[in-house]
Formats: sequence, structure tokens, C-alpha cells
Amino acid sequence: MSEHHAPIPTEPVPNPEDPGTFVPVRTAADGDQSTWFTRNVKGIVKATYVLAAVLVLLDFTYGKHSHFEIEDIFGFYGFYGFVGCVTLVLLAKLLRKFVMRPEDYYDR
Amino acid sequence: MTGSLPPPLVVILGALLVPFLKGRVRSAYLLALPAVSFAFLLGFEKGVSWHGYAFGHELTLMRVDQLSLVFSYIFHIALFVGLLFALHVRDTTQHVAALIYGGSALGAVLAGDLIVFWLCWEAMAVSSTFLVLARRQPGANGAAMRSLMVQLVSGLLVLIGIALHVHHTGSIAFDSMTPESGSIFDLEWTGAGTLLIFLGLGIKCGWPLLHNWICDGYPAATATGTVFLSAFTTKTAVYALARGFPGTEELIWIGTGMAVFPIFFAVIENDVRRVLCYSMINQVGFMVVGVGIGTPLAISGTAAHAFCHILYKALLFMTAGAVIYRTGRTKCTDLGGLHRTMPWTTAFCVVGAASISAFPLFSGFIAKSLIMIAAAEAGQHVVWLLLLFAAAGVFHHAGIKIPFFVFFSHDSGLRPKEAPKNMLFAMGLGAAACIGLGAFPELLYRHLPYAIPEHAMPYTTSHVIQQFQLLVWSALAFCTLMLTGLYPPELRSVNLDSDVWYRRGAPAFVRFVGGPLMAGFGWLSHTVHVTVPRGLRYFAKNPAGAMKLAVDRFLLGWAGMFRSMGAIDRAQHRLVKDQRRYEDARPGAVWPIGTTVLYSVIAFLVFLLVYLIR
Repeated sequence: MSEHHAPIPTEPVPNPEDPGTFVPVRTAADGDQSTWFTRNVKGIVKATYVLAAVLVLLDFTYGKHSHFEIEDIFGFYGFYGFVGCVTLVLLAKLLRKFVMRPEDYYDR
Repeated sequence: MTGSLPPPLVVILGALLVPFLKGRVRSAYLLALPAVSFAFLLGFEKGVSWHGYAFGHELTLMRVDQLSLVFSYIFHIALFVGLLFALHVRDTTQHVAALIYGGSALGAVLAGDLIVFWLCWEAMAVSSTFLVLARRQPGANGAAMRSLMVQLVSGLLVLIGIALHVHHTGSIAFDSMTPESGSIFDLEWTGAGTLLIFLGLGIKCGWPLLHNWICDGYPAATATGTVFLSAFTTKTAVYALARGFPGTEELIWIGTGMAVFPIFFAVIENDVRRVLCYSMINQVGFMVVGVGIGTPLAISGTAAHAFCHILYKALLFMTAGAVIYRTGRTKCTDLGGLHRTMPWTTAFCVVGAASISAFPLFSGFIAKSLIMIAAAEAGQHVVWLLLLFAAAGVFHHAGIKIPFFVFFSHDSGLRPKEAPKNMLFAMGLGAAACIGLGAFPELLYRHLPYAIPEHAMPYTTSHVIQQFQLLVWSALAFCTLMLTGLYPPELRSVNLDSDVWYRRGAPAFVRFVGGPLMAGFGWLSHTVHVTVPRGLRYFAKNPAGAMKLAVDRFLLGWAGMFRSMGAIDRAQHRLVKDQRRYEDARPGAVWPIGTTVLYSVIAFLVFLLVYLIR
């Protein structure tokens, strides 16, 4: 994935939005650049999985106020959200085949 | 009411003073203006006031009722927060444009009739364009002009519509125009005028296929200008639909379309602010569905959602604006890892993301649920399912993608400074409002057009758990897709959308006009202006000689066909002789009577023929 990203700059880059200023960049002297987030990505993902499981199991514990029968299915909202998002992303990926153009498409 | 000035006038006239102020005085003045205007608004009692006579009608500047009030409240808040966010900007144009834009938005929602509404509607289109032009980049200028064109078309449609409507009904009142059957195509009831107003409002609302001016123009605006843009235009359109077309059933499906299709584009879009534009259309879709359902709960839900949406969308655009201001970059591929040096902006972005995704305790939750319940109660099974899909989808791209790719994800190596103080205060205010409304929905509910019934209250065990389930499992889908590498990478690209037909079509049309069409006209012009006059001059110089020459040439051709050398010789000889005679003639000098008579006879014959044939 990294090949799509801009190369990591080694010296301050000009900021076109605030002319005359430069955006500071990471230097070798900065040392370890890990943060709470980068150290705990795996933990966050695991927590999401656990939370998801707990939330579905909670379905046993309360009375639903449903408008439609489909809502009464065990874990309906979780299932629908997951399937919906996977479908969304895969269809969007497919959409790229039809609508994606080079960045300078309109300038040519 | 006497003693109170209309807020739109206060803001618009107040804007004209800004160029004369400098430094801290100007900053204080900018922040005071919305506050003063708000105080004036509170001075108005419900009802209509500030009448004037123009265009042969009695116009009404102020109509204060529950629906216009809730929109005016949030417009004041958005104006204040936006100005605070832009306080460091030295460019006077932007402040003046923002104030006139916000003032005319206020004027539109407070307008007491269609004509005042339309005047404000146009003022918004023009003033908002300056927020894009102020970026002073060639790309932005093009985008500004394109979206201005589209908005002016909208204004034109509304204007023609109003003219027809007034002709049809004899009234300029801006009230519900929904036909009794509930369908806008009930033309006997509505007349074509109403349909045109409906369509004109739809353009600015961002209906599918009419939406692209938003995704084209807004991301091109200045870092601070987009905040204002995101607040006013589309929501004024929503207000106008809620005022003029509540319960129009076509809106249910239009709104569902708006809620569903942009999320696909948002997933593959690289420009941060364009992603936010797509999610804005998605959110406005919910409001349009609410207007279409038209029940008291749905209308209240629409107003509530507009209120909350303006806050969290402005917050998201502010965080994007802060990043753009500090880095000059707007693409996901160029950003990433900014949470290291912009922790506050990151936190505010996460609050905005949680709000737009409708996490319980955040503002989206207490508003979106009203529309969902209204849709369910209206028995709209499919619409409800699609909206639920859209709600999961918005979390996916606006809730996760924006914060993740900008502030987390891979390290771009950029270490920008934290946003300036005024930006942080503005974002903090927005974030506090999002959480405050989410935690205490009553604060908003008591200002809605209709009371929220007990059964629609958002904080029930079942609703909270189900909402969490929906969102956490959507997050799970994101994690899974990222880990498996199925998630589409951010790519440097543009995606074709409904703007392609004019962004590519218009240049192609210009090429056609400049090429083949102009060549055709050139030929025509040459014929009319050069060839024919030259021929006439040649003929008029010696008509008899010219005719003789024509006959001689014909005879020469005739002789040539039979390949008779003698005849050709004679014909050639005659031709040369006649040519000399023709050349010798002085204009007007050699017009023997006989020739003149011959002409006259021919002319009469032609007349006679024409007369007889007819």
C-alpha cells in the first residue's frame, strides 16, 4: 500500500496554504516515534472483536422494541452492519473500475 | 415587533463595516455581530413582521415560527463558530463574504414569502462563491465558477417556478405546496411552477445526479471557508423543502438515494474534504426522507438532524481545515500520523466522527433515530433498511476513514504544529456542543416544531445496544478488511461523477464550436459576404455581357461533349470575343435598350411563374 503514499520528506516542506511557512517533518533526532496508538493497534483491534461479541450476546438480556420482525432476529444489527460494510467496500472497489481516472484527468 | 431589527439585516449590513476595522477591534466585532443578531432574534415574538411593498406585492421580511426559529438558532451558532475558526484570516473578502452568506441564509429561513426567499437564495449563491474564489488558485477558480453556474440554474428554476406559481395561485405565500395526493406530479393541483421550485430546491439540496456542484466546489474553498459552506446552502434547501413540500412522497425515495449512493464514492475518494462532502449528501438524504414522510415526528426529526448535522459537519470540516492550514495537503495519500503533533485536532475530529456516526451520547444519535423511527412508523420497510445501511456506511467512511487516514494510519513524516488557538477554541466549542446535545437531547427537543413523543425518545436499552451493535460490527468489518488487505488502498486519482458531462462535455462542445461549427459558419460567411457580392458585382458590371459569357461557356461545354473540333473552335472564339467586350464595358454605359427590355421581360416572367405556381 505504501507505494501510493507520498514519499516521506527529509526536510521541511513548503506550505501552499500559508505561504512563506514550512511544515516541520520528522528528523532522525526525534528517535522513537511510537505513540500510544501505534503500540496498541493490535489491542484496539482485539478489543473491537471482544466488544462485538459482547454486544451480540447482550441481545439475550433485553426486550426489543421492534417495528419490523426482522429486528427480532438474534444479532440482526451487528450482522447487518458487518455485511453492509463489507458489501459497501467491495462494491466501491468495483466502482473504481468504472469511475477512477488519473489525478490530472480534468486538466488535460 | 418594534425595537428589534431583523437578524439578516443586522448581519448583512454589519458585514459592510468589516473592511474599515483592523486587528483586535475587527476580531471582537466579528464575534459580536452574530451575538447581537441573535439577541435581536430573541426580541421577536412569533408571527410575521417587517412588511414592505415591492414588485407589486406586499413582502414580509420576518416570519418567526418554530421551524424558522430552530434553523435561525443553528445558523447563528454556525456563523459564530465559523467566524471564530477563521479569526486569524487577514483577507477581508472572506469575512465579508461569510457574513453576507450567513446573513442571507438567515434571511432565507426567516423569509415570510417566496420573493424574499428567492432574493436571499440568490444572494447566498453569489456570496458563497467568494469563499471559493478567495483561495486564489486556478483550480479553485474553475470549481467556483462551475458550482456558481449550477447554483444560478437552481435560482433561475426557482424564480420561474415562483412566477408560474404566483400566476397559478395568485399568492406569494411560502407555505406547503404539497398536493393532496402527496405526489409532486399531481400537476393539476400544483401546476408546473411548483414542480420547477421543487427541482430548483433539489439542486441546492444535492439530489442524486444534481449533487456534484457540492463535491466540486466545496473542497476547493479556503481552509476556513468550507466550514460556512457546509452549514448554510444545503440546509437552507432542506428548510425550504420542509416548509414547502412536507409529505411529498417522491422525497422519500430521493432522500434514500442521497443517503445511499454517495457512500460508495466516499470510500474510494482520496481528497479529505470531498469525502466529507459525500457524507454531507448522505446526511442530508436522511433529512430529505424526513421531509418526505412528513409526519410531525419526521419533520421534527429533520429539524433536529439539520441542527446536529450542521454542528458535527462544521466540526469535521474545521478539523480538516486545521490540517490543511498547517500542512497545505488535502489528500489521504499525503497525510497520516498527524496525531503525534496535533492531538487536540485529532480528539475533536474523533468527536465529530462519533457524532456523525450516531454513537450514543453524541449528537447524531439523538437526531437520526427520530427519522429512523418515523420511517419505520410510516411502514417504509425498504427505505428503513436502506437508511440503516447508509447509517452503517457513514460510520465506515466518515467515522473511521477520515480520522484514521489523516491522523493515524501510516506515518507521513509530517510534524505540523497544533492548530492556532482560535481554531482550537472553535473546534472545542463544536465538540462540546456535539457531546452536550448527545447527552441532553431535551435541550434541542424543546425547540423543535413538534413535541417528541415518549416512545421516540432515543435513550432506551434496546436502541442503545442495537446502535452500538451496528457500529461496532461495522468497525469490525473495517478491521477485518484492513487486515486481510481487501480494503481498497488510497490512490492518487479522481473519480468520475455526474460532473463529467459538463467538465468534459463542455470543453468538447467548445472544441466542436471552435472547429467544425466555426468552419461551417466561415464558409457560409464567405459565401454571403464575398462570393455572392463578387458574383453580383461581376454581373452588374455588364449584365448582358455576363449573360452572353454564361451562354458562351455553356455552348463551349456543349461542344466539348460532342468532341467536334470545329464547334469548339467557334465557341472558344466567341467566348474570347465576348470576354473582351465584357471587359471593355464601363458600368452603366453600355446598357442598350434591348438588353434592359430583355431583363424586364425575364423578371416579369419569373414573377408570373411564381404567382401562377402559388
